[in-house]
Amino acid sequence: MTDVAFKDQMNEAGELLTADGVPLKQKLAITTRRARMRALLLTAPLIIFLVVSFVIPIGQMLFRSVYNAAGSNVLPNFAVSIQDWDEQGLPTEQMFEDFVKDMQLARKNRITGKTVGNLATRVNYEIPGTRSLFTKSSRKLSKVTEGPYKEALIKIDKKWNDPGLWIALKRVTKDITPYFYLAALDYKYDEKGDIVAADELYQIYVSNFWKTLRLSATITFITILLAYPVSYLLSTLPLRTSNMLMILVLLPFWTSLLVRTTAWIAILQTEGMANDILVFIGIIGDDNRVQMIYNQTGTIIAMVHILLPFMILPLFSVMKTIPPSYMRAARSMGATPFTAFRRIYLPQTLPGLAAGTLLVFILAIGFYITPALVGGEDGLLISNLIAYHIQKSLNWSLGAALGTILLIIVLVLYWLYNKLVGIDKLSFG
Amino acid sequence: MKITKFLASTVLGAGLLLGAAVANAGEITVVSWGGAYTKSQVEAYHKPWIAKTGNSIKSEDYSGGTAEIKAQVEAGNVTWDLVDLELSDAVRACDEGLLETIDASTLPPAPDGTPATEDFLPGTLHDCAVANIVWSTIFAYDKSKIANGPTTMADFFDLKKFPGKRGMRKGPKPNLEFALIADGVPAADVYKVLATPEGVDRAFAKLSTIKDSVIWWEAGAQPPQLLADGEVIMTTAYNGRIFNAVANEDKPFEIVWDGQILDLDLWAIPKGSKNKELAMDFLRFSTATEQLAKQASYISYGPARKSSGPLVGKFNGKDIDMGPQMPTAPANLKNAVQNDFEFWADNQDQLNERFNAWLAK
Repeated sequence: MTDVAFKDQMNEAGELLTADGVPLKQKLAITTRRARMRALLLTAPLIIFLVVSFVIPIGQMLFRSVYNAAGSNVLPNFAVSIQDWDEQGLPTEQMFEDFVKDMQLARKNRITGKTVGNLATRVNYEIPGTRSLFTKSSRKLSKVTEGPYKEALIKIDKKWNDPGLWIALKRVTKDITPYFYLAALDYKYDEKGDIVAADELYQIYVSNFWKTLRLSATITFITILLAYPVSYLLSTLPLRTSNMLMILVLLPFWTSLLVRTTAWIAILQTEGMANDILVFIGIIGDDNRVQMIYNQTGTIIAMVHILLPFMILPLFSVMKTIPPSYMRAARSMGATPFTAFRRIYLPQTLPGLAAGTLLVFILAIGFYITPALVGGEDGLLISNLIAYHIQKSLNWSLGAALGTILLIIVLVLYWLYNKLVGIDKLSFG
Repeated sequence: MKITKFLASTVLGAGLLLGAAVANAGEITVVSWGGAYTKSQVEAYHKPWIAKTGNSIKSEDYSGGTAEIKAQVEAGNVTWDLVDLELSDAVRACDEGLLETIDASTLPPAPDGTPATEDFLPGTLHDCAVANIVWSTIFAYDKSKIANGPTTMADFFDLKKFPGKRGMRKGPKPNLEFALIADGVPAADVYKVLATPEGVDRAFAKLSTIKDSVIWWEAGAQPPQLLADGEVIMTTAYNGRIFNAVANEDKPFEIVWDGQILDLDLWAIPKGSKNKELAMDFLRFSTATEQLAKQASYISYGPARKSSGPLVGKFNGKDIDMGPQMPTAPANLKNAVQNDFEFWADNQDQLNERFNAWLAK
């Protein structure tokens, strides 16, 4: 660095200077930092959007599925003292006193989220039929001003004499609870606080998860069968004709989901077009029209139609890049049409097939509107049960637990898929 | 400079005036069930109140439940000022602190001076809600298609006597009550039987006998449509909807009152409503004797006040006496069940799960 030519561009320490006399190293650092900041600023909207619309809601869902503070919010003192109880017989007089005073305070203050009703709803999840015990007793408790509180409470209703209720209350006053995951997997607590399978008559979630997986797999399989030949045709036809046909694929794709689903209702209902045609041809009699909608069949038909473009488009984009000469070469070397297809064509379409399968399956597993409209009784998927708990029963924690399990299933499938096919092979065109 | 100053003061002044005008004539958001029902409320409550006070009303529809109220109250952004709730929802939302408490003594007395607390039918005034109507779930059939029509709840479940599809509301309520009545349980004992596990089994067993012939509906407007389309030969429905189809659309439907389940619709104010005073004023106005009676001339739901009964006249613009169309008419009350909101508040989560499991089988 002692070159004479650069002498006047160096400082005493021998560092290179820029025209304005700042050391080059420093200047360079400033410039690259600026560039990095600019890049960060450009992506900031996306990052903020992802955090707000994706990370926070999912975090909240995970949190809600294990956290429910209704118990300790309503009974702050009792929540502390009951933890010392050994679950033998009934809790101590002191715990009863805490319970009664907490209940009285909650009734008096009536703060949203911290009312006797909130507690009653929470306990009612675990012991159905106890809701009114809490709301009714709390009304009568306002007259109880002095002990012994145990006797006073049992005098109001002898159900308070049941140790099982207090075991449940001890459980409920802990803020972190596995209860909602148990419920989502058709388990419950029995009277002694042990985990047991729910009564068979009340089991709905596990079988529904299986049904959702089964239906999604069926739908994916049917879309493959339908989309593969169509995509092949599209990719081999001359551009003008294939563009025309492509419009036929894309037009429904651009049409509202609701419109398409309602169109299927019009076509498939018992007095609908499909049945009318079958009756007209004489395949079925007018009296025994086929039930094609409001069941699993209806769900499958409508969902296959809606998800078909998601299979066709990746397949088409991959097939477009396969030169027809490969197949001709294979045939000329003596392969039968089937062998040529199996060993030359099919492996090359695998990336598109993989992308389509993943796309359709994951979309199907979380489908909501279509099964809600055409699913009837047995075509409902797990997302409909989640919506039911968010919108109707207001058991948001159970809804969150079901949602989390669904999320885990999707992640496991994605991992499995990566192991089997390899995510780097994916091509969305 | 002068001009800008002048402009600024004018704009400011106009803004102030505008603000004052808006503050004087307030607007409240009133939420109800839509269709013929909301229309009857608009005619009997909204229009006269707007004419009287100069305020305006934004009318919104919803499909029941307390999910929206809960979301609004918990987020601290309450946009609904008055909601028409079902009884069990009103009681539950009140228990959970989602509704403002309402002092029933501030409600207007009957024309003869009877205080409101005595004028309202028993069980229609609650801590947070004031009933406006008594409605009921009944079943109806198309008499142009069945000559000797069904007359009892047992007939609804009798596939041999009346073959064909039935429409029912999707959910355990009030189908379990219907099933027990059809199975021979007296109306007065329905909830006593239903409170036992054997009673629930019995109700589900009875429902299972017609399960394959049932089309399930969810919105109140669906059952008259199902009947009109011939998709079902009889269906459970809200009595006002069937009446509306008969009176306004001349449908040949007939209501069977045997085993009807009476329920209430109540006004309630979500906690933290920004127009609470105005909403309260509308609530007092709409539940006065005259308004309740007036609503009954648009739809066949019974007024919640005793003093409104004698004032109920003919159906709006047509020669139909409204009295016998009411669920509360003595002839219709012979085998009626009063919906037990406490039973449903206690058991609806569990019974819904069982119902869903039963449906999926």
